[in-house]
Parts: sequence; structure tokens; C-alpha cells
Amino acid sequence: MITIDNYAKPATLEEAYKLNQARSSRVMGGMMWMRLGKAHVKTLIDLSGLGLDEIHDEDNVIKIGAMCTLRQVEECEALKELFGDGIAESIRHIVGVQFRNQATIGGSIYGRFGFSDVLTAFLALDTFVELYDGGIVRLSDFVNRAPDKDILLSVIVRKGKRKFRYDSIRRTKTDFPVIACAVVTGIVHGQETWYFSVGARPMKAALVEKKWEIPADASEEMIADYAKQVVSEFTYGSNMRGSAEYRRHLAEVLLRREMSSILAEGR
Amino acid sequence: MEIRFILNKKQISIDVKADAVLMDVLRSLGCKSIKCGCETTNCGLCTVWIDGKSRLSCSVLAASVDGCEITTLEGVEEEAAEFGRFLAAEGGEQCGFCSPGFIMNVLAMKRELQDPDLEEIKEYLAGNLCRCTGYMSQLRAIQKYMAAQKEKEVQA
Repeated sequence: MITIDNYAKPATLEEAYKLNQARSSRVMGGMMWMRLGKAHVKTLIDLSGLGLDEIHDEDNVIKIGAMCTLRQVEECEALKELFGDGIAESIRHIVGVQFRNQATIGGSIYGRFGFSDVLTAFLALDTFVELYDGGIVRLSDFVNRAPDKDILLSVIVRKGKRKFRYDSIRRTKTDFPVIACAVVTGIVHGQETWYFSVGARPMKAALVEKKWEIPADASEEMIADYAKQVVSEFTYGSNMRGSAEYRRHLAEVLLRREMSSILAEGR
Repeated sequence: MEIRFILNKKQISIDVKADAVLMDVLRSLGCKSIKCGCETTNCGLCTVWIDGKSRLSCSVLAASVDGCEITTLEGVEEEAAEFGRFLAAEGGEQCGFCSPGFIMNVLAMKRELQDPDLEEIKEYLAGNLCRCTGYMSQLRAIQKYMAAQKEKEVQA
């Protein structure tokens, strides 16, 4: 159970950052998971008055404010235009609409949860996070950082001609995923590059990058070999939802399907 | 701390603790339609609308709704009763414990989605659990209610 002594809604980011430097302070996102934890928080900092609840479709990037709800991201037309239904697919299975009207992208990314669909999806894309003190950092670096007292301001996705697929397996609807997989491909520095992100292994999502030029007419066997190769580069664990072996098998199937889907559509 | 908000079109001013959750505060104000089911954001029983969006009041800090407009089932009684008749006709209500949260989310869906198909309805209501009905009767009730609403609109 969480207990909170004081609730603060700062008027500036500077004030929020200062308040957060106290050891017993915490920044709140949607309060979905934090509330279920066991903690005594002296000052809980609500960022909802700081204008971080908007998605900006800019020339080269889409900038998602940390306080945007998952529902806003799920319904974002600019993301749909760039990446099809991939982002929505990574979000729509998360509990229910009420939950997604409340959970924030900032909470999901900053939390770096081992079960996170959202982290898995954004990690595969060309994504950065904007921190108040730490500036702009690539998400793949941020994922492996230890939690600190900085404040996440926005999630920035660079626009580019990339194909994106996302899929997950759940034992029941609205449960945490047993495995979550995302595949992205595009031309990076003149070379075809594939990004594979696998989450809920059950540990936080990790990324593997491959400079592979896969022919459009690659056979199912060839694609299966590529999937097998990439799957072996992740580690897997067991918990009540599935064994490490089962997860590895599922990841191979999902990544193969996602690669086939991209190749069938054409890059 | 003192917070002010609009509850079912009435201005409210109340002292709350920093860690009070909205569900408890609203129940203390007489909105007993709001039920505490799981308290882990899974069941949807505590659904209310905050600024028009359906949310889980068990996980909303009361302090954070200062200045917001909140609607509970008590604020949409007529509309809820109308849908409730469809629910009863289809046997979609048994113990009834989940009904207030379920109805709030159905009415939110009606406002948000234009002519949803069965899959869209299921997806929208995935966060509302019912341990009695098996959902089929509820889905029939929703489809008939939505069809009736559409007919009403055409006639108007």
C-alpha cells in the first residue's frame, strides 16, 4: 500500500524537478502501478499542469508529452499514418479503455516495466526520450539506465520510411503479455536495417539490430532461419505465465510472422 | 487539503487527505453506485467519467480532480435506466454488482464510437468484468440498445 503525505501540482518544470530531488518524493504518471506498490511518499508530484499532455506532429518527429494517456497515443492519427496499426496494436490490449484513459506514456516508459507492451513497441522505433536534466537520450540507452531523480518530459519518435509490426500473446484478454514482439525495418545510412524488440520475457524489452538485406521473395524457410537467429540473441525467463522455453518458441513464431508480413507488403 | 470539483452538475468543495482515492470520496458524498471490486484497476466496477472520459476511480487520487467535472451513474439516471431495461430484457443483469461501472462505460462508448460493430464493442468493454452473465446477454443488450438509439436519431 502506498501512503502519501503531500500532493503537489507544480506550476513550472523547474519547481517539479526541485521537489523531486528529495529522496522521499515521487513523480506520478497515471498512478496505475505506483498505487499498488508499497511505499511512503512524502511529496507526490503531479505533472498534469505543465502542458505535457499533447502530441505534436512536427516536421521530422512526433513528440508525445509524458502526460499523454495511452488512449491518446492509441488514437493518434499521425502515428497511424507513419506506422499503420502497429502502435495501436501494442496498446489496445492493455486492460480496458478506462485504464488507458488514465495510464500515461511517461509512466509506461519511465517505469521500464518488464511486462510493458508500450516499451517494446517504442524501443523498436527510432525513439528518444526528453529528460528535464539529462536532455535528449536514445530510448535504447535510457532503458538500461538505473532509475534516478530526473523527470521524463516527452517521448520523441523520429519520422522515417520504416515498416513496423507488433504482436503479443496473452493467456487471457487484458492480462500482461506472455511475450511481446516488435519488428521495424528501414534504410539506415543507405543500408537495410532490421530492429527486433522483445519484451515480457519476462524482463524489460531489449533491442537487437541487424544489417540484413532480405530479398523480397525470401522463402518461408529463409525467414524462419532469420527469426531463429535473432531469437537466440535474447534471454528468456520463467514465471507463472510461461516458461523460458515457451517464451522463446512464441517469440520465434511472432518475429517470423512479423517479418513475413513486412516482406509481403513490400519495403 | 481542500479540493473543488463539479459532481453530477453540482459544485462540491471538500477536504481530502493527500492519498485519498476518488472512489472513497465519491462514496462518502453519497454516490453509492460506485463499487469497489478489485482495487487493482482490472474490473471496471468503479468507472466514473472525469471530464467526459471514463476512468477508474479506485486509482485516481482525489486531490488530482481539483477543477474537474465528474459524472457518476447518479448523474445519468434516465439514460442508465433506459439501457438497464435492455439489460434486464436480455437477462444481462444477475447479481448486478458490476452494472453501475458497466453501464457508465457503455454510455461512454455510445458517446465516443459511431455505430460500433461487435468486435469494437467487446474491445471497448474489455475492462469491465462480470462473473455472472458470461457476457453474451450483455452484448445482445448493447446491440439492441444501440440499434434503438440509432432508430431514435433517424426518427428525430
